[in-house]
Amino acid sequence: METDTINNSFKSEEYFINMGPQHPATHGVLRLLLTIDGEIIKKVEPDLGYIHRSIEKMCERDSYQQIVHLTDRMDYLSSHINNEAVCLAVENALEIEVPERVKVIRTIIDELTRISSHTLWWGVMGMDVGALTSYFYGFRDRELINDIFEETCGARLTMNYNIPGGLMQDIHPNFVKRVKEFIAHFKTKLPEYDKLLTGNIIFQKRTKGVGVLSKEDAIAFGASGPVARGSGYSCDVRKYHPYSALDKITFNEALHTEGDSYARYLVRIQEMWESISIIEQLIDNIPEGDFKVATKAVIKLPKGEYYQKVETARGELGVYIISTGGKNPHRMKFRSPGLSNLSLLNHITVGGKIGDLVATMATIDIVVPDIDR
Amino acid sequence: MYSSLIITNNIHSWVLSWMPAAATGIIEMIMIALAYLTLFAVLGLFLVLMERKVAAWFQLRIGPNRVGFFGMFQTIADALKLLSKELTGTDKADKFLYNLAPYFLIISSLMALAVFPFSKNLQAFDINIGIFFLIAISSIGVIGILLGGWSSNNKFALIGAMRSGVQTISYELSVGLSLLTMILLTGSLQLSEIIEVQKSGWLIVQGHIPAVIAFMIYMIAGTAETNRAPFDMVEAESELGAGFHTEYSGMKFAYFFLAEFINMFIIAAIGTTVFFGGWLSPFGITESIPWLGVFWFMIKTFALVFLMMWFRWTFPRLRVDQLLTLEWKYLLPINLFNIVLMAIIIWLNFTIQF
Repeated sequence: METDTINNSFKSEEYFINMGPQHPATHGVLRLLLTIDGEIIKKVEPDLGYIHRSIEKMCERDSYQQIVHLTDRMDYLSSHINNEAVCLAVENALEIEVPERVKVIRTIIDELTRISSHTLWWGVMGMDVGALTSYFYGFRDRELINDIFEETCGARLTMNYNIPGGLMQDIHPNFVKRVKEFIAHFKTKLPEYDKLLTGNIIFQKRTKGVGVLSKEDAIAFGASGPVARGSGYSCDVRKYHPYSALDKITFNEALHTEGDSYARYLVRIQEMWESISIIEQLIDNIPEGDFKVATKAVIKLPKGEYYQKVETARGELGVYIISTGGKNPHRMKFRSPGLSNLSLLNHITVGGKIGDLVATMATIDIVVPDIDR
Repeated sequence: MYSSLIITNNIHSWVLSWMPAAATGIIEMIMIALAYLTLFAVLGLFLVLMERKVAAWFQLRIGPNRVGFFGMFQTIADALKLLSKELTGTDKADKFLYNLAPYFLIISSLMALAVFPFSKNLQAFDINIGIFFLIAISSIGVIGILLGGWSSNNKFALIGAMRSGVQTISYELSVGLSLLTMILLTGSLQLSEIIEVQKSGWLIVQGHIPAVIAFMIYMIAGTAETNRAPFDMVEAESELGAGFHTEYSGMKFAYFFLAEFINMFIIAAIGTTVFFGGWLSPFGITESIPWLGVFWFMIKTFALVFLMMWFRWTFPRLRVDQLLTLEWKYLLPINLFNIVLMAIIIWLNFTIQF
């Protein structure tokens, strides 16, 4: 009886707070309903839909050339890769073989996009664990890639360069030169990233053993990309289902087995090195030729179902088209990497502190428009 | 005899010449108070500008450079903006405590500023328990943070305030004990006395190994005392938005903001006084020019302030449990051991003196 009274008077009460939709750590308009006990997280419920634009429904209204201009707004940090997924799906359905030049350029652009996405992620990752300086370092290098993209396709964020049948226009004459300059520059800057964050003892303490995801859970939750590879689940689409020019090049899949936030961090750093190597293998060997094959003004896919998956900076993006033979898809579905990676959040953050949640969310690298579409 | 006493004595006799002695005391107190308020404001303005410039240089940016030469008037413009802003607050806040909270912080830092010897005799009051007074006064500030967080009726603010309470109370131990280590060398708590002792070598040199350890602990704990990164649990903008001052705006927010910067200056100034000889010049090179004491004091203090800014713009933030582990499991035992080491060194007369 007496112990009961004591226990009751020292009993802690769970309470809930709203993290978001406007919160610095949720990177956009994601709302997390946190049930916490003091600092310890008991439950995380992501509440989605704040930036839902019904892109999938809009796709049913548009022609296949127009759809490409919507998909870059899903995961805006890998817009080229999103567009490429749609283009590949349409090209496969039409059984078009694009020229070698297009394949090589697409792969180079993909890897540049991956680097640009990862540099932004790296900066924001540092910001989330409290080191603001990394943000500016990351953006310094990302800006150079944006300059390259701007020169070639005229946009810096939501780029539209891939179209069904090839590319919208040929690469800018400066493209090869500037990419080489960037690679030379970035190779000297990437070790700086390690100096600032990777080796920092506080950073390691904040991320090692935090948000541990086992390989089994990664598969069960449908995780992909760096999140799954940090848990030792080899799932790189570029490796297992190569598309564009990826079958001609050799690269290593970044894999770590610890499954914690630090492993996911290291996977992304290593992926940047691998992307550099992929670009270096291709940049000197861009074949001559056309930058697109002629397609009909109104593309009509034959009746049937088509699926194409690619590896974006966040993981596996699947494009699923059901066509009834018309000029619009009957149904279009995107399997976005962000949504399945976000579904892990409750599983791996419960029991941690609020600081752990922020660090884990940074390494899951969510882009909210990709989740909500 | 040179000293700033000449000036203060002159003022004293001038005021006394046309006033009764009782009124003179009051007038002089008001003059001193005004002088310190001015110093407070100027320091605040300068430190904010310095922080922004230093941050910019660390981050490949230029920093404020539009308002005035070198962005000199940027902080003045910011202060004017904050003055003109509406004071918003939450509806269900505990109004009395909510309005009271900022003053705790600002008063504690203002009072702490009063005991520093900026140069020889340039000190508002030289009490014989100077260091003790500083430690005691600086712990009042946390009451302001706790009140502000609690009374504003906001969960994020409450978490921030509770974190602050835990953090400040823990790290006060380390600040106190590391200063105590140095007190063993000086044998006095009086700040002017502490500086007199250092004429035969700065304390960090006199006490060599334990003094350096004490200095490192002091800087870590001092950064935590001021709630700055990497110990900015209290604000932790990526976790709690703005922490305990989430619901404050305008000048009330500015009080919190200003107090943080002045506290940083105070921590650096204590460090300068206790470890680096206060206003003494290195090797006594400018001993014949007493007014340079202020210059040396400021040089050393701002070097330490820069060190704290350097911490802030390079280190990630610790997690709240790691913060407490660092204090209770590492700093505190090292500190206790360090005091014994210092005592042994003094007992065996191993100190370095010139």
